[in-house]
Amino acid sequence: MITGAEAIVKSLENEGVEVIFGYPGATIAPFYDKLNNSKKIKHVLVRHEQHAGHEASGYARIKGRPGVCMTTSGPGAMNLITALGTAYMDSIPMIAITGQVSSDLLGRDVFQEADMTGASEPFTKYSYLVKNAADLPRIIKEAFHIASTGRPGPVLIDIPVNIQNQKIDYSYPNKIDIKGYKPTIKGHAGQIKRVMRALNNAEKPLVCLGGGIFAAEAQEQAKIFIETLNLPVVCTMMGLGAIPTSHPLYMGMLGMHGKSCANQAISEADVVVLIGARVSDRAVLLPKQVGKTTKIIHVDIDPAEIGKNMDTFVPVVGDAKMVIEQILSCTPKRTNEEWVSMLQECKNKVKLDYDPRKFGINPKAFVNMLSKALPDDHIYCADVGQNQIWSAANCDIRTGRFLTSGGMGTMGYSIPCAIGAKIADSTKSVVAVCGDGAFQMQMMELGTICQHDVDIKIVVMRNEQLGLVREIQKKSYKCNYTAVDLSGSPDAVAIASAYGIPGRRVTSMDDAEAAISEMINHKGTFLLECIVDEDEPSI
Amino acid sequence: MKHTISVLVENKAGVLSRMAGLFARRGFNIDSLAVGTTEDKDISRITLVVQGDDYVAEQVTKHLNKQIDVIKVRKLNQGEITRRELILVKVQVTEEQRSQIIDIAKVMDAKIVDISHSTLTVEMCDRPDKIDLLIELLSRYNIQEVARTGTVALPKGADIV
Repeated sequence: MITGAEAIVKSLENEGVEVIFGYPGATIAPFYDKLNNSKKIKHVLVRHEQHAGHEASGYARIKGRPGVCMTTSGPGAMNLITALGTAYMDSIPMIAITGQVSSDLLGRDVFQEADMTGASEPFTKYSYLVKNAADLPRIIKEAFHIASTGRPGPVLIDIPVNIQNQKIDYSYPNKIDIKGYKPTIKGHAGQIKRVMRALNNAEKPLVCLGGGIFAAEAQEQAKIFIETLNLPVVCTMMGLGAIPTSHPLYMGMLGMHGKSCANQAISEADVVVLIGARVSDRAVLLPKQVGKTTKIIHVDIDPAEIGKNMDTFVPVVGDAKMVIEQILSCTPKRTNEEWVSMLQECKNKVKLDYDPRKFGINPKAFVNMLSKALPDDHIYCADVGQNQIWSAANCDIRTGRFLTSGGMGTMGYSIPCAIGAKIADSTKSVVAVCGDGAFQMQMMELGTICQHDVDIKIVVMRNEQLGLVREIQKKSYKCNYTAVDLSGSPDAVAIASAYGIPGRRVTSMDDAEAAISEMINHKGTFLLECIVDEDEPSI
Repeated sequence: MKHTISVLVENKAGVLSRMAGLFARRGFNIDSLAVGTTEDKDISRITLVVQGDDYVAEQVTKHLNKQIDVIKVRKLNQGEITRRELILVKVQVTEEQRSQIIDIAKVMDAKIVDISHSTLTVEMCDRPDKIDLLIELLSRYNIQEVARTGTVALPKGADIV
């Protein structure tokens, strides 16, 4: 007989879990007591529960397996909700384990009790409140299966403290059978035929890749697909990097903050193949209109996404990798050169504004220079705000990844995401780029970095403003700047140095190259604080 | 337009809360919702009546299907299903109104299931439109309370959900 807590440790080991990002507390104490005995699982102590979630998210995105985060009940668990919502919106596989008050006290509003399964319900793919320790092995097995298959997402397991102490006979199940959960992987043959017909009759076809490409690990297939058929391609923000940004067939990121040629491509195309993208309002401003004039082929593993935001001509439910292979096996015809070269011309006409600024650095030129200086397979974590738009539009992504909170737009995502990504693959160079607003939502994680010896590079774009909100107030509220002034912010380099992390302040583009090279060549975490003009626009 | 949707779900805690949350979040307009176990004690059937166009019906169906605890969802075609609803109506009556209501009940194939000096309780189990008609007929009197179960439905003939 072993305790519920031991059963959790064993089950996590059985699932191949190597790292847990967490923060302990009274109701999860029995688990932590047993975790110490595990030789297979490393625990990363975060400085705020929200970051445990983001770190698990960054970890999952690079590892391709669910990230695991753990907190105590009540406030600890509730601090996790933003991270759950962030992961849910971006379909990131994650297992969140939260302690809960003793099951006989549930519903009595005792100390640190919060209805976590209730509170997290809109932000999780599924959740469990464990009432019997004997169910733990099955629940954990199911949770990993649900989180990582179909459309990935976070799964929450809420475990009362007495259940962690309950004795059970342990055995880990080999099989699972969830009656109502059988994701469709293979695209329907009839629909694939319709895709072929639409593609073969298309004069101006276009492919749009979303985050689903990474979930399906279909980057290679996507590249073969567009190259074989000579298809021009655009990406959503979540899809950035699905195709190298310098690829001749890549027309840029589409959307509100995207490239004009990408938006032109989607409005002029007669057939658009959307793969693993959910066409949010930021990606396509008026999706219903596009759907009326353009034939949309929508490939997604989640049937509920198809037809939700856009009228669809051919819906294909299935895994991106599988469906692309199915389409390729039917050998569709190549796109005519004229349409491609028209778009390429339009793309090449765009003049990038990389000129030096009178004051401070040019953040667009800086992020471009930074991403070019980093190894080809580097992982670039962008935060939210102007820095996200500068990064998304100017980052040079080759064989690496661009990680950001695309759907939820959660500030304070970049540094914990970078920590998780680096722990998932220590061979990769990882950089987090954030503004000074977001930096102050996550700077406590510098402690996590030091304690666990994580080597990431941090760039803070400092304008002492909440830049993106300020820009909205400038454009739409007659420059009535309200609550966007961040003066009083600390010197980020000094903050880093308080943690023993070296850093450097960059005030001019003349110094940018040297600073970037110092940061990249430094072994260990390094912080660059870049001074940016408050009137620097996003685009 | 009204759509009747039959949903088979795992019979366990939290399922109904998830459904209710889903409807509220996505702004689906639910006319009625009836839940009960099926021949299999581990499976419950939820019968939903949803207000909206075809887009709404499709969205409801897809989002329900996406729920892990949902085993099967089917939008039932009007005309090809048997629909029933149960209603209890308590009406305050005077001496002379009492017989009038008993007459209405007779015509409507309803039953008087409770009687007191000042009230009558009418029970009827029928198609939802008949139920509406009963309420309409009784609305001239002083209705004290109404309890309706919401529609339950099954496909006609050998067809099953």
